[in-house]
Amino acid sequence: MTLLFTRQHLFLRLFFFCLSFWAMGHPCLATEDNSQLSHGLSQLIQGNFQRKEEAVKIIATSGDPRAEQILQALLAGKLYRIKRKDTLVYKEGKGKKVAITSVLTGESLGTVKKRAIKKITINNAIRGKLHGQLALINLKNPDSQIRLQAVNKLIPTLSPKSAGTLETLLQTERNDKVREALMTARAIIGLRDTEKPRRLEALDNLQGNLTPSVKNELIRLLTEEQDKEIHNKAQATLNGIQSKIKLYGLIEKLFFGLSLGSVLVLAAIGLAITFGVIGVINMAHGELIMLGAYTTYVIQQLMPNAIGTALLLSIPAAFIVSGATGILIERTVIRFLYGRPLETLLATFGISLILQQTVRTIFSPLNRSVSTPAWMSGSLQLNPVLSLTVNRITILVFALMVFAGLYMTLKKSSIGLQVRAAAQNRSMARAMGIKAARVDALTFGLGSGIAGIAGVALSQLTNVGPNLGQSYIIDSFMVVVFGGVGNLWGTLVGGLTLGVANKFFEPWTGAVLAKIVILVFIILFIQKRPQGLFPQKGRAGA
Amino acid sequence: MVVLKYLKQDRGGMITLGLIALLTIAVPICNLMVPEGNVFHVSTFTMTLLGKYLCYALLALAVDLVWGYLGILSLGHGAFFSLGGYAMGMYLMRQIGSRGVYGNPLLPDFMVFLNWEQLPWFWQGFQWFWFAMLMVVLVPALLAFVFGWFAFRSRVTGVYLSIMTQALTYALLLAFYRNEMGFGGNNGLTDFKDILGFSLQADATRVGLFIASGVALALGYLSCLYITRSRLGRLCTAIRDQEDRVRFIGFKVENIKLWIFTFSAILAGVAGALYVPHVGIINPNEFSPLASIEMVVWVAVGGRATLYGAVVGAIMVNYAKSYLTVAMPDAWLFALGALFVLVTLLLPRGVTGLVRKKEVDA
Amino acid sequence: MKARTHKSTWLIALILGTLFSVQVQAAETIKVGVLHSLSGTMAISETTLKDTMLMLIDEQNKKGGLLGKKLEAVVVDPASDWPLFAEKARELITKNQVAAVFGCWTSVSRKSVLPVFEELNSLLFYPVQYEGEESSRNVFYTGAAPNQQAIPAVDYLMNEMGVKRWVLAGTDYVYPRTTNKILAAYLKAKGVAEKDIMINYTPFGHSDWQSIVADIKKFGNAGKKTAVVSTINGDANVPFYKELGNQGITSDIIPVVAFSVGEEELSGIDTKPLVGHLAAWNYFMSVDSEMNDDFIESWHAFIKNEDRVTNDPMEAHYIGFNIWVKAVEKAGTTDPTAVQDAIIGVTVPNLSGGYSAMMPNHHITKPVLIGEIQDDGQFEVVWQTSGMVAGDAWSDYLQGSKDLVSDWRKPMACGNFNVKTGKCSGK
Repeated sequence: MTLLFTRQHLFLRLFFFCLSFWAMGHPCLATEDNSQLSHGLSQLIQGNFQRKEEAVKIIATSGDPRAEQILQALLAGKLYRIKRKDTLVYKEGKGKKVAITSVLTGESLGTVKKRAIKKITINNAIRGKLHGQLALINLKNPDSQIRLQAVNKLIPTLSPKSAGTLETLLQTERNDKVREALMTARAIIGLRDTEKPRRLEALDNLQGNLTPSVKNELIRLLTEEQDKEIHNKAQATLNGIQSKIKLYGLIEKLFFGLSLGSVLVLAAIGLAITFGVIGVINMAHGELIMLGAYTTYVIQQLMPNAIGTALLLSIPAAFIVSGATGILIERTVIRFLYGRPLETLLATFGISLILQQTVRTIFSPLNRSVSTPAWMSGSLQLNPVLSLTVNRITILVFALMVFAGLYMTLKKSSIGLQVRAAAQNRSMARAMGIKAARVDALTFGLGSGIAGIAGVALSQLTNVGPNLGQSYIIDSFMVVVFGGVGNLWGTLVGGLTLGVANKFFEPWTGAVLAKIVILVFIILFIQKRPQGLFPQKGRAGA
Repeated sequence: MVVLKYLKQDRGGMITLGLIALLTIAVPICNLMVPEGNVFHVSTFTMTLLGKYLCYALLALAVDLVWGYLGILSLGHGAFFSLGGYAMGMYLMRQIGSRGVYGNPLLPDFMVFLNWEQLPWFWQGFQWFWFAMLMVVLVPALLAFVFGWFAFRSRVTGVYLSIMTQALTYALLLAFYRNEMGFGGNNGLTDFKDILGFSLQADATRVGLFIASGVALALGYLSCLYITRSRLGRLCTAIRDQEDRVRFIGFKVENIKLWIFTFSAILAGVAGALYVPHVGIINPNEFSPLASIEMVVWVAVGGRATLYGAVVGAIMVNYAKSYLTVAMPDAWLFALGALFVLVTLLLPRGVTGLVRKKEVDA
Repeated sequence: MKARTHKSTWLIALILGTLFSVQVQAAETIKVGVLHSLSGTMAISETTLKDTMLMLIDEQNKKGGLLGKKLEAVVVDPASDWPLFAEKARELITKNQVAAVFGCWTSVSRKSVLPVFEELNSLLFYPVQYEGEESSRNVFYTGAAPNQQAIPAVDYLMNEMGVKRWVLAGTDYVYPRTTNKILAAYLKAKGVAEKDIMINYTPFGHSDWQSIVADIKKFGNAGKKTAVVSTINGDANVPFYKELGNQGITSDIIPVVAFSVGEEELSGIDTKPLVGHLAAWNYFMSVDSEMNDDFIESWHAFIKNEDRVTNDPMEAHYIGFNIWVKAVEKAGTTDPTAVQDAIIGVTVPNLSGGYSAMMPNHHITKPVLIGEIQDDGQFEVVWQTSGMVAGDAWSDYLQGSKDLVSDWRKPMACGNFNVKTGKCSGK
């Protein structure tokens, strides 16, 4: 026991020793690196979080080449121990049986039952430490992208002590972006310098810099600074930064609006066809979207190891599932109700209830979890205050592609020609030899299939559950009516406009009022222009 | 009395009204006079349930009046119904007085714990029954009038109008969900104590409410009958079938539509006001578009464009709902959904169409 | 025409047939009402609780029932329709003559049935965390009151994680409104400045969180440790967490502590981006105790699915049901008044290894646990109160309610006794 205590004491001293080395910008070359690492590891196995937190520091500063991998694994939740054995292992794969490899030797230990190993759990404090420690390690990473992230991670925690490290890093750094970040960091430290010229120089370097810490530092400086000249300059710098932030805020808002609009367009465009072209009020449209989302879920369940491929496969699959359901609905119910739009409304509403309850019976009323593939997660950081989320960009582009595809189908293909012909003058089209009944079924199937595709996109944004459809049906109707029934362009412009308008209202009315304002606006707009933005003659629009 | 003349021509209506009268008289007697345990005893539970059905029937009449006779498929009648209900609810809330949990004599409980300092202006006056009743009529009427004035003048018709009415009730749903509105947010108004000084929990009060609902339904029926059989009613049917032709003949179509629509909203508001003390709660969910569509289905099931059809439909569907949600909870939505589809496909004239001779209904 | 009439006649026969078929009732049982929505928007949460009740009743019957009689569950579907809750409650009590009802999820459903239970003097066991500000002779609150969930969670963030800036985000209904009012008052009492608290409300089922998450991000960039206290309800959570993940807000930058997200909600979310975000409950499925292992095992056996999770409201029903059973045994009858008297002070084991007792204010004692989300959809307990916390019906941090106390023991027998005026209002 005493032995253990003294050893621990020794390592603690070693740890501080290394820490001071790091502060001077030298890598810690501990002579007993292996034992420091194994000591850290033995700390990790201890149950409580405080010990683990210490262990992270010990491992990080061990200078051992394995340290990074161990910390990464700990962060990713892949670090396990074999029960009752205190051997740390990496876990690979999922399921009841998993492969494990030894942490210390890196050799494979075969496969074991999942219950035989126990995860090394961490909490937020440790997670924060890990990010910090990994950032320190990553400052030297050969990948410039990772180095950049590491520097950015460090900026909010800077203190004058870090100056030395920064200088050494700046000497060797060749990548422009990383250099820029390091310069920002240096300037932030410069703001705290005791000499006035250094502070002024730092302010010069920070003109228009959008890093959040810069703004915070400037605000701090303004409250503390005595010198008039610096005070004024700091104020000017801050104003410059703030007006820049405002501009980017506007761009961000516009993007949010377009993204919301693209979701509306996706949800509504299928309806634009069934409602606009053949004049059927399909209240089950939302449920067809829901079917698309559930199709995505099922396909992901079938291929759990290829989420991305599954998502791409879901697009045609959802089109087929929803399209087929749509055709079935058309053949069994709607075709008896043509010319009586209000009755189709009631019948399809009944169908929507049945579809909802069917899904509830098959999949349970619980929401289903649909994963987002790696290439659709995260965000595109344009600058420190403006980042666009990748999934939203993908869906925006996807919505435009679906629109273009649909538009081309209707304009250029022979079936599209028939659909348009039947929409404009049904009896004339029949006289020309178009099988109107077949065209109706196909049109309805097309609209429903597009709803299914919308479901695939929505599964990436919101709940996949039995109520999914209901939350979009009214919005979809609004978009179609606002844009002008029977006009695809109207739906596109209408959807995007409503999305953007909503996002610009939101900050000063709140999310709920924004929606009410939009609804009231549409109600009034329709009184003024009953045919919507782009009126067009169709069976319903005539 | 010209109404009686009309009633003589309306056999289904006579039977329906007769049944309503029988219910209104017999049920209270069976509830108050017949001792518990007797076969003929009607429990308060059943009576309250029947009372609720009567309110729904009145609401269905309102929907049928505009849909069946005027061709306006309103998917927003829930809005008028709920506004009437809220007006009544506000009166009942004010009646609680200092008996709320916080003992505040003026503010309802939900305002106290959300730190409202004083009663908002739109709650003033609701301590008087007459004022509340006036609002029950005025608020839905005003909304219907303003909405109709815009919509009918710019000739928004058919499905567009349906969708606009849906948007209207949806907007109100969102608005009433907001706690800042001062209507109790999602929880709505509840925990009522008494009405006109009578305890709402007493059987006698419930009997009174039941009779009131029966009488309101009968009066509503007669007034609808009067409207539909009069010259105005024949104009309505003409508008439903050939709007342009009526306009070209020289009638002010928008005005006719506007007045009938507003009257229908008043009926719905009254139904809502009677409904609230029966069920003991009014909350924004009544504004949901789903609820409004359900109302249309009652009418469709019973038989559109026959007044008694609406009454029969409302009572039948709601009885089925009460029954199925106990007997087969999982199957309720299947049954309701199937009902929608089957009725529109197979029974375009509703269930009363089965017993009705193939006559041309006015 | 003839064929059509035939079809229609069949339809009518079918409808009438189902309507008038007679229900056969078993004799000499004690009936227990289960009042949870099986359809509509709340089915997502409440169906599980119905199954839990069926399991608990089933198990009690295997143990020999209650007072020598078998228990019989009467299940009804209020269909997420609030007035229907009141109607069904009345039906359960007067028509089916149930001895007690277990049910409701949303506050509005409870508010809707409350007058019915008081009028007919029956018992309701309510298993969900709620906003407090209520105490009824006829209702037993087995879920958490704000002081059993929200306040300990904020304490944890403040003391253990050094949080200085707070976002209180919630769905716009009474539970978040009240909870946030209490929390804002509590934080200010602890010296947090007004500008360091951001309060935001969104409608039910809100699905476009882009701007709000961006605002939270900006709010958190001010250089002080920031946390989000989320009272966002059910369906809105999935898009909220997805947006957080995509905008790069990880738990070590801005942790989110949620009061309405449990294991069941997580089963519908891809949890990888959420690892480390927190939830405060009185029970987690991952709790290490023998009672819990048994409970999970019998749940899996009953529902015939190994993948189903357990959650806090299920535990609340477990505790509530056992307390009721014990109280009925103590009283020797299921008569509601006798049970009301007998139940106060009844103590039963909870699933986290301790004991929960029914307090005189009809709330129960529970431990408060803080858990972090793991990538397998479970929570890892990172902190817990040293002992049991008794539920407070009336918050000490709200203007109107701080003078109120609730004690249903005789002779006081009042749910809202005002200590200042010495009066029991509403009487």
